[in-house]
Amino acid sequence: MSDLSRRGLFGAVGVGGAAAGALVLAAAGSASPSSKEETVSDAYPYFGVHQGGIVTPAQDRMHFAAFDTAPGLDRDALIGLLRDWTDAASRMTQGGSAGELDAMSGSYDAPPEDTGEAYDLPPSGLTITFGFGPGLFLDAAGADRFGIAARRPAALERLPHFVADNLDPNLSDGDLCIQACAHDPQVAVHAIRNLTRIAFGRAVLRWSQLGFGRTSSTSVDQATPRNLFGFKDGTMGLRAEQTDLIDAHVWVQAGADPAADWLVGGSYMVARKIKMQIETWDRAPMREQENIVGRTKREGAPLSGGVEFDQPDFTLEGRGGVPVMDVASHVAIAHPDHNDGVQMLRRGYNYVDGNDQLGRLSAGLFFIAFVTDPRTHYIPMQSRLSRNDLMMEYLQHIGSGLWAVPPGVTEGEFVGQALFA
Amino acid sequence: MNRRLVIPALVAGLLLTSACTDNTAATGDARTLTVNASDTECNVSAAEAPSGTLTFKVTNDGSKINEFYLLADDGLRIVAEIENIGPGLSRDLVLTAPAGNYFTACKPGMVGDGIRGGFTVTDSGEDVGPKGEDAELVAEADAQYASYVRDQVDQLLVKTQTFADLVKARDDDAARALYADARVHWERVETVAESFGDLDPQMDAREADLEAGDEFTGWHRLEKDLWPARAEGYTPMTDEERAAVADRLVADTNTLYDRTRDMTFTASDIANGAKGLLDEVATGKVTGEEEYWSRTDLWDFQANVDGAKVAWEGLRPLLQRKDEALDSQIGQAFADLQTLLDKHRSGDGFVTYDQLSASDVKELADSVNTLSEPLSKMAGVILS
Repeated sequence: MSDLSRRGLFGAVGVGGAAAGALVLAAAGSASPSSKEETVSDAYPYFGVHQGGIVTPAQDRMHFAAFDTAPGLDRDALIGLLRDWTDAASRMTQGGSAGELDAMSGSYDAPPEDTGEAYDLPPSGLTITFGFGPGLFLDAAGADRFGIAARRPAALERLPHFVADNLDPNLSDGDLCIQACAHDPQVAVHAIRNLTRIAFGRAVLRWSQLGFGRTSSTSVDQATPRNLFGFKDGTMGLRAEQTDLIDAHVWVQAGADPAADWLVGGSYMVARKIKMQIETWDRAPMREQENIVGRTKREGAPLSGGVEFDQPDFTLEGRGGVPVMDVASHVAIAHPDHNDGVQMLRRGYNYVDGNDQLGRLSAGLFFIAFVTDPRTHYIPMQSRLSRNDLMMEYLQHIGSGLWAVPPGVTEGEFVGQALFA
Repeated sequence: MNRRLVIPALVAGLLLTSACTDNTAATGDARTLTVNASDTECNVSAAEAPSGTLTFKVTNDGSKINEFYLLADDGLRIVAEIENIGPGLSRDLVLTAPAGNYFTACKPGMVGDGIRGGFTVTDSGEDVGPKGEDAELVAEADAQYASYVRDQVDQLLVKTQTFADLVKARDDDAARALYADARVHWERVETVAESFGDLDPQMDAREADLEAGDEFTGWHRLEKDLWPARAEGYTPMTDEERAAVADRLVADTNTLYDRTRDMTFTASDIANGAKGLLDEVATGKVTGEEEYWSRTDLWDFQANVDGAKVAWEGLRPLLQRKDEALDSQIGQAFADLQTLLDKHRSGDGFVTYDQLSASDVKELADSVNTLSEPLSKMAGVILS
């Protein structure tokens, strides 16, 4: 049994679900100082109705990766890849290893199946979320390489060019994507590294992103975190507990797109790498910063008054009859009231990729949102934001991608299996 | 070009008047006062404070938008104020007050004379500098800056008209020779021009600033047609297309001209405008993004710096009184940046951006940061 886990101590944890974390602690009898409560939630079940990493309480760290399928990959080989990825993900999320053998086992003359850097680490809340990009259905030459073009969701198209987009093709798109989130960055990196290794010859890494510090909350139990502008971010975002709203705004519903019924119970993932001009932002007066956001920096309360979770009053006029909430403030433009009531589940992360050649931090927000349909729930709002948001003075979108996220996996299945049925 | 395209055409000068910050001065300090403002009351924690830098921490406990004022002993002249404090919100008013008699006033609902109380600033012996002439100095800075803006837009209009004629006549060599020189006048007052959210995208948008369905017009549309070397698979404009864009540019410049005739500026507008111009340099010019086709970014760079320097010079009498060290730090940084820029002069203008080495660009960027950081502090110092 011990060969089936990240390390022998994790024993029979396998793919057991939420209780697995508790088993880990009991089995290990370890000197870990972490509280029992933390450990219980330390592993999220891999199998379920929806993939993990969407309504899962946002972990603090992320490693995201987008892949291109290898030339010559055929339908059966793609299915093989998805099955291998699924098996590895089901093990790693429970604290196990990427391969069937753990990192320290196997033939002395062979490289270990698992790379080993997470060998001593607990599951750390790891979730692994897979997505399918437009290129999987029709490649750049218009070829239906995997016989699935007829089942392409109508909404799964490359996002349009928004005002002031400055996208780097090397930070955009991809036939497949994987979002790995965990409390421990090494656990998230271990997941992406091993899934990348498993894919060699079938899919190659196109671009990837490390994120630290969640910039949104996906549970009412989580405090609103701050982005690199120093403001609370995602106050208005959907929470897992709002199940009716999650159904309406996040999951793809039956009948929404008959050709793509395989996506029911799934979602769409929008990723945008948004560079922040933090050096110039830091020189902006507090007055300008709060006016741009539409909230106080300290509390996150709307400038029209109240506390963080109070609704802004866009009609409240201040001196000179000018609305206290600037009509072009970020909150005003992104608010559901100004976007036909649509909402999104945000799951973004702060990032700093070192610095550029001019000595400026390469920093920003790796925006991730899960929505039921990007045509109604993302594109119109982003179009307005890119055009009108006062904050755009300090932002530049440099990477972009859209993926269909299949529903959850039942034990024995592979992710997205219904697409190939 | 400002990256946000459509902002309401708010005239710079409408919104900004007081200095309020969110610092966390230690409580219990005689110069830190709390103000609990409700719809009916204005409770200041003390009726006197020693002269120096005072902080009023104002909390709006009421249901209406509130304002807080410190008024001079005539009950009329506003020494400092905070506007638009939403219900439940707190904001700090930081100011330097010499000894004397004042009034505090909360104005729930922003109407009437406010709920007033007497307030005394006792002489602490600390040198807080003369205050009385501030208003006069601000008025002088406003007059000087407004006149600079008018003059630059005057020159812009004349040169834009000539440029448009050259473009339409397909005298491309002459048009290319005038392009950067004409744009200098736009770039010198760019933060003012940008405050007109309807004109800016029509006149100064770059192609990437647009989305599907937007029309590409203005300076950079003509720039691309005059310098198509870097444009892959480019189709030159027809005479009709050129005429339409050129005529519209002239018409928009006329509108800009009209709107800038009677603009006024607060000290905050001028100071933040200077900072904004340096932001433009840092994000667009030093990186060579602004003039992608013509590579004339250094002309714009110099013009932004010119505009910022004029703004600073207008505010210097005020700044020198408040913080001599900051003023000289800014002065030195302007001089150092100019020395660097002068290294890249060629003829009447500059070398093109592609002739700069990576280390040249880094050196310029570092120098811009050295200037921008103290310059960004100017508004807060002047208004305190």
